[in-house]
Amino acid sequence: MEAIIQTEKLSHIYSTGTPFERGALLDVDFTAYEGEYLGIIGRTGSGKSTLIQHLNALLRPTSGRVLFRGEDIWASKERTRQIRFQVGLVFQYPEYQLFEETVYRDIAFGPQNMGLPQEEVDRRVREAADFVGLKPETLEKSPFELSGGQKRRVAIAGVIAMEPQVLILDEPTAGLDPVGVEQILDNIHTYHQAKNATIILVSHSMEEVARTVDRLVVVREGRIPLSGSPREVFSHGDELEAMGLGVPQMTRVFHRLKAMGADIDPSVYTVEQARDAILAKLGKGAV
Amino acid sequence: MALRDITLGQYFPGNSPIHRLDPRAKLVLTTLYIVALFLADFLVSYGIMVVLLAVAIALSRISLKSILRGMKPVVFILVITGILNLFYTPGDPIWSWGFLKISVEGLWSAFFMVIRILMLITCTFLLTYTTSPIQLTDAIERLLNPLKAIRVPIHELAMMMSIALRFIPLLIEETDKIMSAQRARGADFDTGGLRQKAKALVPLLVPLFISAFRRADELAVAMECRCYHGGEGRTRMKVLRYRAADRAVMALGLLVCVGVGVLGHFGL
Repeated sequence: MEAIIQTEKLSHIYSTGTPFERGALLDVDFTAYEGEYLGIIGRTGSGKSTLIQHLNALLRPTSGRVLFRGEDIWASKERTRQIRFQVGLVFQYPEYQLFEETVYRDIAFGPQNMGLPQEEVDRRVREAADFVGLKPETLEKSPFELSGGQKRRVAIAGVIAMEPQVLILDEPTAGLDPVGVEQILDNIHTYHQAKNATIILVSHSMEEVARTVDRLVVVREGRIPLSGSPREVFSHGDELEAMGLGVPQMTRVFHRLKAMGADIDPSVYTVEQARDAILAKLGKGAV
Repeated sequence: MALRDITLGQYFPGNSPIHRLDPRAKLVLTTLYIVALFLADFLVSYGIMVVLLAVAIALSRISLKSILRGMKPVVFILVITGILNLFYTPGDPIWSWGFLKISVEGLWSAFFMVIRILMLITCTFLLTYTTSPIQLTDAIERLLNPLKAIRVPIHELAMMMSIALRFIPLLIEETDKIMSAQRARGADFDTGGLRQKAKALVPLLVPLFISAFRRADELAVAMECRCYHGGEGRTRMKVLRYRAADRAVMALGLLVCVGVGVLGHFGL
């Protein structure tokens, strides 16, 4: 697979020269590949939000480089601005950035800043609204009369409408009810499939990332101690536990079964895998 | 420049002798110091003031660097004041070029005026760097307490002030966040003419106002949930008490103030 975003020895230090100085990232080498669905997990304050803000040039590295398709994203002012359109970033609680009079105009803000012709903006707004499951009549409403979950979708549509090749979402499901969580994750998946875009999902919920991502990156105290497929990462259950992250419930159940003497493969992390593993054990084969 | 780098009026937590002083004592001391600064007239009295400030800074363990960083926004004012005093003080010209004249008196007055402003700012920085906003408003409330007799709502004013102070860093953080979020959608806050810049602020200001109102609302509910009903009969968790050291520094402050006044009288 080809790398789309890379960081080389990326470090970021906040408030240099004051008593509040602290290193948020320390010599991080991070890679995201073309078309993959990547999960970033870490506790609050681990540096994950700082990391993703470097990927679309919102933060400037204290030292080190960030490369998009092999080229430094800070090479020129024009390039930096272009990168922001190609690497879409949805912040935590994005509904708090809505400002326009109608949903339509808010979603159109990004594409308009790109300087696209009116018809293209219109097409993108409608397509983005469709991706996140907003009905066409919602487009004419004020974003402030919508429910929390709906607002969140408008905000995500606002980034999707720029049709970024990389879509980064910082805790997109925080504070939503279970149905809302499912819908948002579904919307993201649809976009991933339809545009073959790279998705970077930031979360602290193991359950959530375990279900959706191809590859996982663990961030802790400004470094990346673990990365790999969910199966590989979750096999380091004890280390994750020590980092205060834990493993998905299914993995924990199976580790426990193994410890109790059951001859079973403990590297499962979803309910479906667990079902198959148990059925295989009982000699009935996968359903 | 990131907004969060602003240090003006910021508190640096610590446990130095200056940090431990009663905030009322510090407030009184700062006020006396500023009065003394304006009474100070010449080298001897200025010398005393500089030494006092230097001792206070050393005791506070605040780095000179952080104080100097806070000075950046006032450099312009300093330069203007210096130039005005330099050229517009009447006296014997020692240098002239066209209508510009520099006199000995002008040199001195420019020099002292710049020093005076520098020290004035430094001493107020020292106050806010070593005193948390909560302590400061507490001190103001206690010091102004006598005004309640003439029905000035001191408690309410102090509460409003501490809430405002509490919200400043929150709003700065929020502004930073919203700016980043809109930048991620291609908003451009830095280029373009005045009109464009003003227009670019809409995507920042609308969410900022909405969130400020939301926060204010939540705060009001939270305060009511905890039975806040104004200052009447309210007691404090941390009661301010003067200790010997606080009385001593206030006496010292008064002494310096009077001393400098007397010295000024003799033109020293």
